[in-house]
Amino acid sequence: MTASPIKIQLLINGQSEIVSVPPMKRLLDVLREDLHLTGTKEGCGEGECGSCSVRMNGRLVNSCLVPVLQAQGAHIQTVEGLAIDAELHPLQKAFLECGGAQCGICTPGMLMAATCLLEHNPHPSLEEIREGLAGNLCRCTGFVKIFEAVTRAAAMQSSSVAKGHP
Amino acid sequence: MRGNAESHEFIRAADLLDALRRLNDAPGAWTPIAGGTELMVAHAAGRLTSPRLISLWGLPELQFIESTDESLSIGAGITFGDIRHHALIHAEFPLLTRAASWIGAIANQNRATLAGNIVNGSPAADAPPALLVYDAEIELVSLRGKRKIPYADFHLGYKRNVLAPDELVFALHLPRRFQKHAQYLRKVGARRAMAITKVALAGTALLKEGTIGEIRLAAASVADRPVRLLATEALLLGSTLSRELRNLARECLLHEVKPIDDIRSSADYRRHVAANLLDEFLLQLQPATAHEETA
Repeated sequence: MTASPIKIQLLINGQSEIVSVPPMKRLLDVLREDLHLTGTKEGCGEGECGSCSVRMNGRLVNSCLVPVLQAQGAHIQTVEGLAIDAELHPLQKAFLECGGAQCGICTPGMLMAATCLLEHNPHPSLEEIREGLAGNLCRCTGFVKIFEAVTRAAAMQSSSVAKGHP
Repeated sequence: MRGNAESHEFIRAADLLDALRRLNDAPGAWTPIAGGTELMVAHAAGRLTSPRLISLWGLPELQFIESTDESLSIGAGITFGDIRHHALIHAEFPLLTRAASWIGAIANQNRATLAGNIVNGSPAADAPPALLVYDAEIELVSLRGKRKIPYADFHLGYKRNVLAPDELVFALHLPRRFQKHAQYLRKVGARRAMAITKVALAGTALLKEGTIGEIRLAAASVADRPVRLLATEALLLGSTLSRELRNLARECLLHEVKPIDDIRSSADYRRHVAANLLDEFLLQLQPATAHEETA
């Protein structure tokens, strides 16, 4: 049996996109192959490493485990949606400053998991950061610099809130 | 070999009735899929053989957590992320909250559903031991109507259950009478997070004047399905806690569990760790003054 492509509408980083794909195609593959958003990476392909993390209607998901039909009409945020114009997201700045990225494969997923964490918990403890990123595996830097980056981003965000910036 | 998206027909049920009609019209032809944390892994590995899948993800009829004075009902489509952050579940059924926090990481918890964890039927699944010691009932639905059975009767063997081909899980119901019970759940895996269970033990118990007035024990990865440990429960019920009783219970449990050797652990290790976990629970139950070890 073969499944014909169907039209699926997605709201990717705030923009409406329509793709024509088999409904079982993984959201990860639709992002990378059909929408050319290659910031989202494939690591394990089985929901353990978090490299493919994106946000679907605000919630962190592994895009390798989402058949695209289930994302129909959903708001999807990928790493490409974090920076606003040329202005990097505080987490991206903090990862750069703290050396939180080395080979880069895990970084987009780390950033997406960390944005979720900081949105729900603007001042996480180290233990909360560790849990927030527990589904994202890094095999280069070790995790210390990544945790430092999240701590620094939290501080950057709270100081910009204190100064009245969004 | 990697799965091919084009080799599966895949539709989204418009609503619960639509899903039930399709299952009724072609029993056994459709594989229901919710959060995909199991089936999409099989798909990626080229192991998903189901030619036709029907998505239940997001069906509003299955997305509820409701309570009455007597019970708490959790809809089949509720995710472990929802369970983890539910105040009443946390207050009265903390073992379920804890089990939910062990199911993969946050991204998995945001997708994995309670019914998916149950229907997938892994003997190592995290939620079942907690559900078993809370005496949960499971409610099934088809076009023929709804039926409720004790969750303890749901699993029939390795990855086999009582669901008819036209049926879906509708909800789990937990009686609200465990607030005063001592409650225990411990999972032993290769590491603290993101690990599949080598062995897990859950327990609820109520002491009455020093004797065990009520006790329920359940375990994961010690049989072909999640199980209540009825023989060990029967031995403990009505008895007074002591070191001797704990040793008897330990012997009983060692004979009652039937684990296997597999990639994650050995039967012998599982049997002994399960007994150790029981001992830990019983020690916690024992009032501090009654500990012979400290006397």
